[in-house]
Amino acid sequence: MAYVAVKGGERAIGNAHAWLDEARRGDPALPALSVRQIEEQMSLAVDRVMAEGACYDRPLAALAIKQARGDLIEAAFLLRAYRTTLPRFGASTPLDTGAMRVRRRVSATYKDLPGGQVLGPTFDYTHRLLDFALAADEDMPRPPMPEAQADSAVAPRVTGLLAQEGLMAAEPASDAEPGDLTREPLEIPADRPLRLQALARGDEGFLLGLGYSTQRGYGNAHPFVGELRMGEVAVEIAPPELGFAVEIGDIVVTECQMVNQFAGSRNEPPQFTRGYGLVFGQGERKAMAVALVDRALRARELGEEVGAPAQDEEFVLYHCDNVEATGFVEHLKLPHYVDFQSELEKLRAIRAAAATDARREAAE
Amino acid sequence: MSAAPEVASGGTLAGYNFAYLDEDTKRMIRRALLKAVAVPGHQVPFGSREMPLPYGWGTGGIQVTASVIGPDDTLKVIDQGADDTTNAVSIRRFFARVAGVATTERTADATVIQTRHRIPETPLREGQILVYQVPMPEPLFRLEPRVAETRRLHALGDYGLMHVKLYEDIARRGEVEISYNYPVMVNGRYLMSPSPIPAFDNPKMDRMPALQLFGAGREKRIYAVPPYTSVRSLDFEDHPFRPGRADASCALCGSRETYLDEVVTDDRGGRRFLCSDTDYCAERRADR
Amino acid sequence: MRAAALSPGLSDPATDAQGCFRALLDAMSRPGLVRRVPVAELRPPAPLSPAAAAVLLTLADAATPVWTDAGADAAAWLAFHTGCPPAASPGDAAFVLACGTPPPLDALMQGTDEEPHRSATVVAQVAALEAGRGGWRLSGPGIDAAHRLRVSGLPEGFAARWAANRAVFPRGVDLILCAGRDVAALPRTTAIVEEG
Repeated sequence: MAYVAVKGGERAIGNAHAWLDEARRGDPALPALSVRQIEEQMSLAVDRVMAEGACYDRPLAALAIKQARGDLIEAAFLLRAYRTTLPRFGASTPLDTGAMRVRRRVSATYKDLPGGQVLGPTFDYTHRLLDFALAADEDMPRPPMPEAQADSAVAPRVTGLLAQEGLMAAEPASDAEPGDLTREPLEIPADRPLRLQALARGDEGFLLGLGYSTQRGYGNAHPFVGELRMGEVAVEIAPPELGFAVEIGDIVVTECQMVNQFAGSRNEPPQFTRGYGLVFGQGERKAMAVALVDRALRARELGEEVGAPAQDEEFVLYHCDNVEATGFVEHLKLPHYVDFQSELEKLRAIRAAAATDARREAAE
Repeated sequence: MSAAPEVASGGTLAGYNFAYLDEDTKRMIRRALLKAVAVPGHQVPFGSREMPLPYGWGTGGIQVTASVIGPDDTLKVIDQGADDTTNAVSIRRFFARVAGVATTERTADATVIQTRHRIPETPLREGQILVYQVPMPEPLFRLEPRVAETRRLHALGDYGLMHVKLYEDIARRGEVEISYNYPVMVNGRYLMSPSPIPAFDNPKMDRMPALQLFGAGREKRIYAVPPYTSVRSLDFEDHPFRPGRADASCALCGSRETYLDEVVTDDRGGRRFLCSDTDYCAERRADR
Repeated sequence: MRAAALSPGLSDPATDAQGCFRALLDAMSRPGLVRRVPVAELRPPAPLSPAAAAVLLTLADAATPVWTDAGADAAAWLAFHTGCPPAASPGDAAFVLACGTPPPLDALMQGTDEEPHRSATVVAQVAALEAGRGGWRLSGPGIDAAHRLRVSGLPEGFAARWAANRAVFPRGVDLILCAGRDVAALPRTTAIVEEG
């Protein structure tokens, strides 16, 4: 009987999983995608999954994308669930993005600057015309790539240049251990390291929309891209028994420093303030959105009026995580018939009572 | 990268700790659980982990169960009162894999019962632990979405918002319009969400001999009601709390006391009612 | 401290800690009932009882500063097995392990009205615990009618200090009593009436 089928149980789950496997594989007459192919040719998807999965591991992110049939939020979730089981051996020293081996580096505030503008592998000036030559499965012969410029090794930060002139608000250095959202629940108000951690793990689409809203007047932002850079940085750890830092590898990150106006306060002259975004891999859109939202979330500490959604710390931080959001939105498809039944009975009772009242009034 | 985990000889999943969570995480959750028991109804924040099941599927309940359960336990998992709903099956299988514990569908045989949306009809006894999966631990969230503000209200014991809401319901409709997740006062001090159980189940929480633990994974909160603790559904003297159920009897066992699921049988208004608690219904039929 | 001289901790960390935790959870949920921790093998350094040692091995780690009056050997043993940092004073400790007279309860972390869970847990080692007869009559959450508990080895006037602790609810400390391999617990909600 139908009722039994609804409470499908073990066999239904097994069947669903078998079907899922088949759907993932697609047409078996076509060769299966290798994880290496995904890693190499879907590299921006891999970057996004590493960023939102909060785990820098390209092969695992590529595997997650394959397993998730290309659903990037599902892939980020797979990576997070794996990450949470890993032992923690230690923390790295802060990344020195100033020493980045730059693949791409642009500034919107200066025409030219030390280190130069490096366009790098960007869609920025492509014409968005479908390239039907790519529809052929065979590799096309590629024009040889010009050699990268050697002087890109030294690229001082634009915000540093402004700071020399005293025009950029100083960011006080701190050796305090930052909090960790993955170990301790979020407390409001959250300090900036915690906010930046939440944003770095946050959903690109959600942050993009929020960042966009600050440009349209919801939050009174006047942002300039001081600098956007992407490239390899060294990861170092300083084991206490050694007493000095050792390099354990390189990762690719994208960093955005937005320069924003600040009217000044009683204690501080007018100056520029920074919005900061850092994400794993090549993730410019997200790094820029994070930098916009970071600056918006600093409104309270800078004594600015707080009213726009992007300035609302609790709203932003509690809703930017797509693994949390997708879970709670999608859980609505789980059975709720017990609660729905209680609503049905309540509605019927209220309507019956109202009908009785109406009859009584009509009789009087 | 490690190879696919296999079931180890001890009956648990190779490559993972007993009950999936690492010992540091369990210890953190265990400390939170003891404080939750010590302050009945107070929501204790905890470092909820990302579980291999999605948020909303019971990650809070699973973390609580994983921190509590041991090799001597017998686990029952229900969703909507039933042992054979897909998510209950899935969670039961999860624990059978990662903890190798015995599972049962019989309420009386279980030492730990993880539930979503129901309290079993069979009265629970001393020594049993009921673990609720909780989506929104904050009873005031529809009236005040800001966590920082609700925390302040709990500190003050200021539950005027909820009293006003109930009062307005009564003024407008003649009764409280909450039919599930009906707010309760615990030990006369904390307003608490009973999780989205039907209001019908609320009276079972009051002075229950079993220990009640609540886990909200996404919201990262744990709370508890010790055995024999007062749990009162909010009401007014002239409008006492009245739990509802369908005015019908179970089509299978004939019960007129249990909570019923309504099953639509055709598109001409045909329907039948069945016990939502499948174990209770099966036991009644077996006894006949 | 010579690591080689340290006696072992829990023999099966996952299973033993789970068993001890369940005894503690049961004890905290049913105030005044005496439960036994399943650690027959545990031989902590003097003056620690197996129960007090098991409570700390089960609950303490690098996140929980511990203050104790049990002496250097016991402190070193606990630090080695749990990684718990020593607390500078009782008022900084998440766990206060008292083998002698416990520090004044109101000098310990009380939590706040918003965060009453951020309070100390006192692990008090006593001479003996006997449930069911004489001593204290306990009431409150977790207790059906009344539980009776006789505690040997707590200082005079403890019940009055406990009443003061209970009066600041939801703030206040929670108490775990240990003797041999037995534990009993008093959450801050439990009321004590002394009946001699």
